[in-house]
Amino acid sequence: MINKLVLENLKDRWVRTLLSALVVGVQVMSILTLIGLSRGMLQESAAHAKGTAADIFLKPDSQGTFSFSTGQLSEKFVDFLAKQPHVKQAVGVLMSPIQGELITPMNGVDIPRFEKMSGGFRYLAGGPPQAPDDLIVDEYYARQHKLHVGQIVKLLNHNWRVCAVVQGGVLGRLIVQLSTLQRLTANAAPPRVSEILVKLDNPALTDQEVAHFNQLLRGNLQAVSMEAFVSQFSVNNIPQLRAFIYVITVIAVIVGFLVVFLSMYTAVIERTREIGILKALGAKPLTILDILVREAVVLALVGCILGIAFSFGTKALIMTFMPASLHAVNVPDWWPIAGAIALAGALLGATYPGLKAARQDAIEALAYE
Amino acid sequence: MSEASAVGERSQTGLDIIRVRGLEKVYHVGDVDVPALRGVDLDVRRGEFLAVIGPSGSGKSTLFHILGGLAPPTAGHVYLDGVDLRGLKESERTEMRQKKVGFVFQKYNLLPTLTARDNIVIAQSLAGTSDWPPGFDSILTLLGIKHRLDHKPRALSGGEQQRVAIARALVNEPAILLADEPTGNLDTANSNAVLDILRDLNHRVGQTILMITHNPEAAAFADRTVTMRDGRIVGS
Ligand SMILES: Nc1ncnc2c1ncn2[C@@H]1O[C@H](COP(=O)(O)OP(=O)(O)O)[C@@H](O)[C@H]1O
Ligand SMILES: [Mg+2]
Repeated sequence: MINKLVLENLKDRWVRTLLSALVVGVQVMSILTLIGLSRGMLQESAAHAKGTAADIFLKPDSQGTFSFSTGQLSEKFVDFLAKQPHVKQAVGVLMSPIQGELITPMNGVDIPRFEKMSGGFRYLAGGPPQAPDDLIVDEYYARQHKLHVGQIVKLLNHNWRVCAVVQGGVLGRLIVQLSTLQRLTANAAPPRVSEILVKLDNPALTDQEVAHFNQLLRGNLQAVSMEAFVSQFSVNNIPQLRAFIYVITVIAVIVGFLVVFLSMYTAVIERTREIGILKALGAKPLTILDILVREAVVLALVGCILGIAFSFGTKALIMTFMPASLHAVNVPDWWPIAGAIALAGALLGATYPGLKAARQDAIEALAYE
Repeated sequence: MSEASAVGERSQTGLDIIRVRGLEKVYHVGDVDVPALRGVDLDVRRGEFLAVIGPSGSGKSTLFHILGGLAPPTAGHVYLDGVDLRGLKESERTEMRQKKVGFVFQKYNLLPTLTARDNIVIAQSLAGTSDWPPGFDSILTLLGIKHRLDHKPRALSGGEQQRVAIARALVNEPAILLADEPTGNLDTANSNAVLDILRDLNHRVGQTILMITHNPEAAAFADRTVTMRDGRIVGS
């Protein structure tokens, strides 16, 4: 019966109920979108790395995993590595950031060699590059920038011809011939690359070879296994991102608190008389508090459901309009967490109005107009 | 009259269901003390229908609030069904309100978001019971609201709302029904209907009723009338 009263009260003031739930929902959506984006982008990066089919990544020593640099390695290391025992293939990659793209660098590789290592691109349109200015784009970049084969694109102050649209998930979104990119970015003399991908003749030897390379190339190159490299792409391994998520979470709790507080506070004032009636009927203070807490819980739950629904919407929007710059996934494992955050805000918000109502003097409440 | 004896069985202590001795109540408004009751003595017999009249501000409502456990007295004693309210804790007074007292107010005071039926059911639910008591069906018939139970208060006339409020006050089979100007907001026809019902309840079920009223004609429905003035009972 208390539940019925709670629902009827919420229904009676449905505009306020809906608005409060909506704000809670937007908070839940923010959290889920943020997490979904972080995870989506990290998963994409991991997928790009895995798509190369390399066993070992080599970067300049002491370089962080997440910083882009334009060529800090002599290309000679590629040949040196290729000659090592157990190395089946070594491919150098030059990555060059491009203006206006935060996380989409241009990747220069020896495309035939890279295709041999990775098993080749899946061409959705067009085919392998024929000319030095040919550009391979992935499906997401093509979708976002509405590109098709044969089109000329100006990037890095250079006109490229789109020669192929390929399935995403291999190396990156923009792939060109290594030598062309080296020339354009002043990495041609002497030729330099950003990282080197190595494929072994026996993947079981990966850990052993990583140790061996690190010994052999200390001070020049740092080797890391694919597995270790990919595991770095997780929210937990990026302190800045974690801090950002904490901040958003705290903001969500505060906003949820304020909204529910305001909503419940208004409700308590508005229903002073009804609270008096309930007390005259023998409602305990705890029962009154209980009623208001339940209202807040309903607001939080409805808000949470709305927020989850909205997060599907934001994900769809991102993946439709900017799948190349951003990448988002749905994060069902975060639904309960976001729900708990909404609930925490709502419960905090209901506490003061609830206590105020519970303490309300019955006779004064009944005299309230 | 079997229902009347069922009501009668609730007490082991004599005939008086209410016994008030030297009751005082002082309200503190800022620095000012407002004496609302200045020593009230009153005995009400079980099954009695008592009217309380008196000018505005004479302390009638205050007396009812104390009798019903809504407010504590400043001094004096109230024995309800043999229990001294002075000795009760807040939680016990709350329980008393659930089970022993039914309030009817001038302003109906139904919960606006609930149907008539749910307004009655919530009173039960607060008292921790669920089924309508035996004989309640005939009370609903007497009140003439059976066909209106699924409407919300705003769809009911004032008279209907007040009759729902009476049903709500009776559903927990209270020892006393306290009605504070129950016809104050009603026209003559509806007033008479409500007063008829109260008298019927008193006669047929033996319900003890205390009713505050301004109106001497309304008071005439009761067995006995007491008059209050300046916080005292001045005549009966
Ligand atoms: N909650 C209150 N606070 C302060 N004074 C009150 C309060 N309730 C009643 N009074 C005062 O107590 C006196 C008796 O009031 P009340 O019991 O309502 O009288 P009646 O019901 O006979 O009109 C009046 O002077 C009134 O102003
Ligand atoms: Mg009064």
